[in-house]
Amino acid sequence: MVKIIIDGKEVNAEVGDNILDAAAKNNVYIPSLCYVKGEKCLGTCRTCSVKVNGNIMAACTIPVSEGMNIEVNEPDVTDMRKALVELLFSEGNHNCPSCEKSGRCELQATGYEVDMMVSRFPYRFTPRQVDHSSKYVWLERDRCIFCQRCVDLVRDKETDQKIFSIKGRGTNARIEIDKTLADKMPAEQVRAASDLCPVGCIIDKSQGFDVPIGQRKFEIETIKERALKGSIDE
Amino acid sequence: MNKCNKNEIFSHELPTTPLDPETQAKRDAKIQVAMIGFCGCWGCTLSFLDMDEVLISLLDKVNITRSSITDTKRIPGRMALGFIEGGIANSENIEVLEEYRENCDILISVGACAIWGGVPSMRNVIPLEECFREAYIDSETAVPNAKKTIPFHEDIPTITTKVIPLHEVVKIDYFIPGCPPDGATILKVLDDLINGREFDLPSAMNRYD
Repeated sequence: MVKIIIDGKEVNAEVGDNILDAAAKNNVYIPSLCYVKGEKCLGTCRTCSVKVNGNIMAACTIPVSEGMNIEVNEPDVTDMRKALVELLFSEGNHNCPSCEKSGRCELQATGYEVDMMVSRFPYRFTPRQVDHSSKYVWLERDRCIFCQRCVDLVRDKETDQKIFSIKGRGTNARIEIDKTLADKMPAEQVRAASDLCPVGCIIDKSQGFDVPIGQRKFEIETIKERALKGSIDE
Repeated sequence: MNKCNKNEIFSHELPTTPLDPETQAKRDAKIQVAMIGFCGCWGCTLSFLDMDEVLISLLDKVNITRSSITDTKRIPGRMALGFIEGGIANSENIEVLEEYRENCDILISVGACAIWGGVPSMRNVIPLEECFREAYIDSETAVPNAKKTIPFHEDIPTITTKVIPLHEVVKIDYFIPGCPPDGATILKVLDDLINGREFDLPSAMNRYD
């Protein structure tokens, strides 16, 4: 156990925990989009940025240490996290009313948690090609936020090869799917990959709008409540 | 003659019978609200009507002037609130939005279309020429043997290249997301503003779909 300070309050944290998990155990919610509890940290989305000893860092990437001073709900850093979420909304084409993932989308749920009503950045409407060539997966590139969860965590059962990858750089970057490997994915793995995607980019072709509005995942329990209980992905 | 030098008269230019002074005075004492829908589906206005019987007590305090419900074509004076749904998709939308900004103390963007373009903005990733071609030339539902033409006339508003949100044209004071937002959400915002409280939309009421 180490003692850390979160928003001016001294609390205990377990050695080896990152700031995000340590804060959740102390009932302090830090929004995040790429981090999956129990998996290695990706550190791609930066949505969990907090101030650590005065410097801004991604909470999922930093293990706790004795005496660490963490500011989560400080106004500047709160606004910065909100700006990061707004950037994601203006960069892709996030059309919630027409998205199958709506109601169980982590980006959408995080938008509510950071109190986003509109993006402060101009909406870009970048044309992105939808890839529906694989048998079970619908790849809606409009919605990809490049978190790389699927790239690192979805692998072929036999060869352990990556099924998803990011091709190109900068504005040309796009998520790609290995069609041969994807067509070998069993139904449970397709569903798991779709659930792992924090947005509606990886869509299971066999699943549509199957839960009524009002009863969807984050409507029953908000992402904040789930994160504090440690069960976002269940 | 109108400003375009054409021999036309608009309905708002026709002489009208004044209201009896008592009713007029009652109306003038209320909070003046103007509403409009641009490129959208009017779903937000339907959501406004979803306030049901609360509307009756609301109407004791507010006077709705220009709106799709009253069918008044011009804003008759200074408004306290402007309630706008729909995105900006043509030149007329821009003109009208500017008129709203000039005449309203507070402007509220209501719904996905007004806030970021919404469903109509799905055309933004397709070149405009292709959209016109699909709608008027290669349309599956075109009248057989009719001359295929893309409408163009000085009296028809020019379509913008992209559907854009209201706040990219004029300053917008508040935003109510949703497609459409619930009647309860709209009521919460209007009730706060009418009673002089600060705008406050709790995250539990915030919805993008």
